[in-house]
Amino acid sequence: MGKPVAQRRSEVRLGREVQARIGQQLRAMYDDVVSQGVPQHIADLVGRLSEQDDGAA
Amino acid sequence: MKLDPAIRDQVLATVPSLRAFAISLCGNIDRADDLVQETLLRALAHIDSFQPGTNMPAWLFTILRNLFRSEYRKRRREVEDADGRYAETLKSHPEQTGRVEFSEFRAALAKLPSDQREALILVGASGFSYEDAAAICGCAVGTIKSRVNRARTRLADLLAIDSVDDFGPDRATRAVLAGGGRS
Repeated sequence: MGKPVAQRRSEVRLGREVQARIGQQLRAMYDDVVSQGVPQHIADLVGRLSEQDDGAA
Repeated sequence: MKLDPAIRDQVLATVPSLRAFAISLCGNIDRADDLVQETLLRALAHIDSFQPGTNMPAWLFTILRNLFRSEYRKRRREVEDADGRYAETLKSHPEQTGRVEFSEFRAALAKLPSDQREALILVGASGFSYEDAAAICGCAVGTIKSRVNRARTRLADLLAIDSVDDFGPDRATRAVLAGGGRS
């Protein structure tokens, strides 16, 4: 109520635009880390643990 | 007994996104890497409780989140570092996003309550379904949906203030969307 239809419409579209940008930023931030892959010390850790005898046998 | 190489590979394949999730929770790269290491130690010590064929990422994310909740959250405030070391770990995105814009976005994200932030990251960045995200967070699917919605609304509020002029590279498009007429 109160606002002209055209203005409301543009607000809705701007809202969607902002949401799309939020999604992009979120993924860009996340993918930045993902693209760093597996750090060597973590690869070493997993390698060591997976070769380890668990002592159960 | 050695770990099945197929399982080991699934674990390794999950590590990059596990780190990204950890960093988004901790806001600090060193702490995040500690958290990932602890998660892997715990996961591999209890690998028998993982059922082959089920969702490895969801299993590891659940362990990491529980560890974070139980141990890291308490200590978080003391050394929270939203922009320092974290920023150093990030490569720049000259085409996609300006530096300033990127850091504003992270600052806004850091203002969200942690339950909303983790829900948004799991669904919006990690690509989990609402159902998986709910399982990871130990809550109902409807709760995740509402947290994601509140997170998006709050972020839009935090960022929309300057959105017409500053949010994104395409100022002309935004001016048109906003009704134009600015010069």
